[in-house]
Amino acid sequence: MHEKRPKSFYVLAGIFGLFLLFLYGPTITIGILSFQGPSGGLTFPMRGTSIHWFADLFEQQAVGDIWGSFWRSITLGLMVMVTTVVVSVMGGLAFRKHFPGSGLVFYLIITSLVIPSILISLGVGLIFNQLGLPVHWATSGFGSQLTWTLPFGLLIMFAVFNRFDKSYEEAARDQGASAWQTLRYVVLPIIAPSLIGVALFGFTLSYDEFARTLLTSGSYNTLPLEIYGMTTNVTTPVIYALGTLTTLFSLLIIAVFLVTVLVLGRRKAKTGSDAGQGLV
Amino acid sequence: MTIAGTKSGAGSVGPLRKSSGIKGRPGLVGWLMASPLVLVLVLFLVMPIIMIGTVSFWRATEFSIIPAFDFENYSFLFGSPVTYSVFLNTLKYALITWAVTLTLGYTVAYFLAFHVRSLTWQIVLFLLCTIPFWTSNIIRMISWIPFLGRNGIANSALLSWGVIDEPLDWLLFSDFSVILAFVHLYTLFMVVPIFNTMMRIDKSLIEAARDGGANGLQILWNVIIPLTKPGIMIGTIFVVTLVMGDFVTVRIMSGSQSANVGRLISNDIALLQYPSAAATAVVLLCSVLIVIGIFLRFVDIRKEL
Repeated sequence: MHEKRPKSFYVLAGIFGLFLLFLYGPTITIGILSFQGPSGGLTFPMRGTSIHWFADLFEQQAVGDIWGSFWRSITLGLMVMVTTVVVSVMGGLAFRKHFPGSGLVFYLIITSLVIPSILISLGVGLIFNQLGLPVHWATSGFGSQLTWTLPFGLLIMFAVFNRFDKSYEEAARDQGASAWQTLRYVVLPIIAPSLIGVALFGFTLSYDEFARTLLTSGSYNTLPLEIYGMTTNVTTPVIYALGTLTTLFSLLIIAVFLVTVLVLGRRKAKTGSDAGQGLV
Repeated sequence: MTIAGTKSGAGSVGPLRKSSGIKGRPGLVGWLMASPLVLVLVLFLVMPIIMIGTVSFWRATEFSIIPAFDFENYSFLFGSPVTYSVFLNTLKYALITWAVTLTLGYTVAYFLAFHVRSLTWQIVLFLLCTIPFWTSNIIRMISWIPFLGRNGIANSALLSWGVIDEPLDWLLFSDFSVILAFVHLYTLFMVVPIFNTMMRIDKSLIEAARDGGANGLQILWNVIIPLTKPGIMIGTIFVVTLVMGDFVTVRIMSGSQSANVGRLISNDIALLQYPSAAATAVVLLCSVLIVIGIFLRFVDIRKEL
């Protein structure tokens, strides 16, 4: 343990530090610039500090309907999150049973992940168009986003079930538990932390999703679409203020999920259940 | 639906179930549980692809699209020199981004897996790398503007250090900024799978190599890199497909001055030229699938999960 660190450690640690700076630097910069004074521009120097641009976010004529789009994004994110968790768990369980055609479905999942997003947008848009149905964020937009969140959810479930110790279920069955009881009281509690991960993916990927919603959300924009629109015609730091707020919101969501995982873990440790001990 | 083998792939999920529950019909139960997934995939993945394939043979007027069966969209596409240069440009972006993200991602993953010694720190640093993935891509692109602009941080710093005499123009709205943004957004997709395979390497293999007299570089080249090949492949698939299918990053970061296939499609869509957009989309999809097909020959994804 107290082996001396090789020289390469310090080089690599330096690279890693620069990488983190590269990841976070720009975001922190716009965080600072969003407090630009009222006469300030998109770059440094700061012309005073103010919350002018945050205040602007509450004025219709400055930014359009961003609060409406914010609520739509949250609603859609929750819809996608719940659906992703439920469908991924069911799908993950189904794949353990090797149903006929599972190989084909697996390749469809991979396709769903690697297909260029604009194809989903275009294809779903065309179908709704030809059927004479109006595109709407809660119907066509919802379905399009699922093609992006479900593969992540399922890949997580595959990873979880590949490491799942079957003897827990067998033990439950030997004790006379029904299939449903085994699932409800043994399997689900063990995989619960991973489900929180799936939920996090479901919500955040939907909340930030852009390309697949572009042609499928109809006349009411989601927040990323609204921001995308702003990139072409807004030339004031108000866009940084919006960016800062939505990034803070994302960080808040991530924190909530992480804390939930920690609390679940601690509670499990406290109540002394050894469920999941076999999971690596 | 075809029946593509009941025990497909590596079958790493264990033996067929033996008994109990709804007896003897695991296939049926499996299908019922997979049905919501299949429904979503059919409605929002398979049907759209079929629709795009169909529409690529249709004709467009100024206001609408008309069912037809002609190859005009394709002949126009393949007859235009723009197409080739745009596809080439797309490949160029993919190749450069791939090389940079692989080098950077591998280094980061290597540091995390082999140089960070406590599990807690590994988790904390790994989370620090992944958090930006859960925030908005568009905002992350925009946040490069104060850095790279003509009066941005990079130019002011270089000017004040006396490295350059006048601001560099190629920092923003150029191929450079496009690739920088790709690297910024997608390096994570390399780090995660490579880190994952590295963490699964049996440490005794490395000790054996060291006992055998291998130095650090030899261990890296002869032991670690071969064992992390699956991770590299999965990361490669992610990065290459994300870059090939992109249209937003190129638009925002090049200031609409560069083109890739995605932008070709989105421009056609903006002009309501759906059949022509669909034809380009079909060609794009085929190229992506061919590339993936090649990569998949080197890795069994199911085994790596």
